[in-house]
Amino acid sequence: MEDRLEEILTRHLENEGNLISILQDIETEFGYLREDVINWVSERLDIPPAKFYGIATFYAQFHLKPKGKNVITACCGTACHVKGSERLINSLVKELAIPDGENTSEDLKFTVEKVNCVGACSIAPVIIINKTVHGKMTSDKLMKEMKTLKEGKREYIDYI
Amino acid sequence: MVNKFLSGVSMNKDISIKVCMGTGGIAAGGVEVLSSFEKAFAVKGIRASVEKNCSVHKVGCRGFCARDVLVDIIINGEKTTYQYIKPDMVERIVSEHIMSGTPVGDWLVKDDYHTFHNKQVKVVLSDCGEVNPEDIDSYIDRGGYEATKKVLASMAPQEVIETIKTSGLRGRGGAGFPTGVKWDMAIKAPGPTKYLICNADEGDPGAFMDRSVVEGNPHAVIEGMIIGAYAIGAPYGYVYIRAEYPLAVERLHLAIKQAKEHGFLGKNILGKGFDFTIKVKLGAGAFVCGEETALIASIEGKRGQPRAKPPFPVQKGLWGKPTIINNVETLANIPYIIRKGAAWYAAMGTEKSKGTKVFALTGKIQNSGLIEVPMGIPLREVIYDIGGGIEGGRKLKAVQTGGPSGGCIPSSIIDTTLDYESLGKVGSIMGSGGMVVLDETDCMVNVAKYFLQFTQSESCGKCVPCRIGTKRLLEILTRITEGRGREGDIELLETLSSDVKTSSLCGLGQSAPNPVLSTIRYYRDEYEAHIYEKRCPAGVCKDLLSYSILEEFCKGCTACTRVCPAGAIIGEKKKPHKIVQDICIKCGACFETCKFKAIKKG
Repeated sequence: MEDRLEEILTRHLENEGNLISILQDIETEFGYLREDVINWVSERLDIPPAKFYGIATFYAQFHLKPKGKNVITACCGTACHVKGSERLINSLVKELAIPDGENTSEDLKFTVEKVNCVGACSIAPVIIINKTVHGKMTSDKLMKEMKTLKEGKREYIDYI
Repeated sequence: MVNKFLSGVSMNKDISIKVCMGTGGIAAGGVEVLSSFEKAFAVKGIRASVEKNCSVHKVGCRGFCARDVLVDIIINGEKTTYQYIKPDMVERIVSEHIMSGTPVGDWLVKDDYHTFHNKQVKVVLSDCGEVNPEDIDSYIDRGGYEATKKVLASMAPQEVIETIKTSGLRGRGGAGFPTGVKWDMAIKAPGPTKYLICNADEGDPGAFMDRSVVEGNPHAVIEGMIIGAYAIGAPYGYVYIRAEYPLAVERLHLAIKQAKEHGFLGKNILGKGFDFTIKVKLGAGAFVCGEETALIASIEGKRGQPRAKPPFPVQKGLWGKPTIINNVETLANIPYIIRKGAAWYAAMGTEKSKGTKVFALTGKIQNSGLIEVPMGIPLREVIYDIGGGIEGGRKLKAVQTGGPSGGCIPSSIIDTTLDYESLGKVGSIMGSGGMVVLDETDCMVNVAKYFLQFTQSESCGKCVPCRIGTKRLLEILTRITEGRGREGDIELLETLSSDVKTSSLCGLGQSAPNPVLSTIRYYRDEYEAHIYEKRCPAGVCKDLLSYSILEEFCKGCTACTRVCPAGAIIGEKKKPHKIVQDICIKCGACFETCKFKAIKKG
């Protein structure tokens, strides 16, 4: 852990980094902002952990809890909203047994996230499954995708 | 052995294929289509250039994302365009069109594809889709960086500013402040260290203009920044871009690298003694960071909270130095204005709103996509000529512009023209270019609630009117849509809205009540129906609805039972089904699924 963190810090110390970009790299490296990681960085940089916490809770991109193996992102932009994204989200939450007030299933297999807008409004409603963008989504299509995911049949290619 | 016919094809024909591969094109299968072409060519031994060219939604971004995957086949300079292409269709196109010379008629774009383009005027998007965004030479071939050379070789900074002033270009981020005037203030600010920031934090839900421009022609934005930086004397530039746009970020990084290699960025640009470097900062997902002072705080690595102005960023901005922030589209206009002249630009548009504007036309519209129109065009032409009318033959209800800061334009005043002044007069704003079309099945109270949910959760919490005001507005709207509306709620919404507007610290709070005020202004009767009759006229607010099955139409096909997420539908196969009202969550999935119109909503 320490080696990976040292590497991130060196990179940012050399290139005029800031707390946001350090947290972004930690999030990519560890999947979420682990408490022990943040405490370590906080001591190393002599910046109180509260500073990190303040930033992490302000921006939607950061997670304080681990994410599931599969991440399903539902776009909640205006175009997706008027085309029924809310219904898609409700059925996802139910299908994947996401507990109330949480966004990850207890077995850490699925995370359902909402984002403000992915800017692909012309193919609304949009659902992103493990980084693959799916446009013009319907409940039917979505449930089929979830089935293949649950059975572990599909490997998604990371285009972006 | 060389097949004579095939070698003839590759020798006599100049073949080029362009596949749409923006976010939309990729989602529709652009990657697979492209590789199918490459495979077919390899198998058949055809030599051709398969370009990944395009911008937005790939095909030489005409912005017609709804038709993806769009594919251009250019043989000896003659272009044919196909729509809705899937990988398994490629084989036939290659053998019939490319090898035998007969295009596959059924798959070609139809007349409506051309109508979509006829009333558009492209400036910012003129090279989008024509140039390969990942290759600087393709931009240079079309006159790219000519403006940079012209400015550095023959224009004094003040001259550049005068040109932009004369062109009448106004900020495309929403507020519409004249760009030349802004730059003039920056050049007069003291000190050698100044910053130019490109705001690519396109946070409005329902808008993707900036993403498309950065994905489709990143060099135009970079060139705009170089010229702007030269004009105001800024050695350092930043692009603040959303992390939610990974493809745009990737292409931007690549474009900056190429511009550096070609000597357009870095020290002593083109040997003219001007230094300028650009850094990319990723936004971390906060709408309020579109506000200038919040954006600056975010680049500095802090929570993106706005502060009181003055001092304005042009006096005291990033790290306390004079800073100019321009929007992506504003900057992408600059190279074209310099190349073609201020008079050319000022000839387009209305008296006070010059040039063109890019809109993301989405929602219940037939032809959704990215469009660029001259300022002052009537909304009717955009909706019916370019947009091809409303989806599914339904009736237009309203057009929402300006996102969460804007308002609704009802169908009764559809002849309103699109310019800063006219939109302001009808209670909406130009905004950054989101244009969401709503039809008769959309509930305006629900739309207002949607935007308030957005602004309330994006409120940074620094000032009380916005933090608490938006929360209370949302609570009132929620109770109205849930059938708990009270007498006097409409008046309360109006008073509270005007309080939040006048006393909030930044643009987010000052504009957050706009969607509420504009929907009350035009659709008061809908609010009244929710409050007094406990009825949602559009049939959207689920607490005011119930679903039931019309026995005479139900065939017992069980399609509804299968989609019902709550398991609320009971009944035997081939016999009429029933919805158990206590279990029904009113999601409407059955209503959408039933092919026999046997589900009644109301």
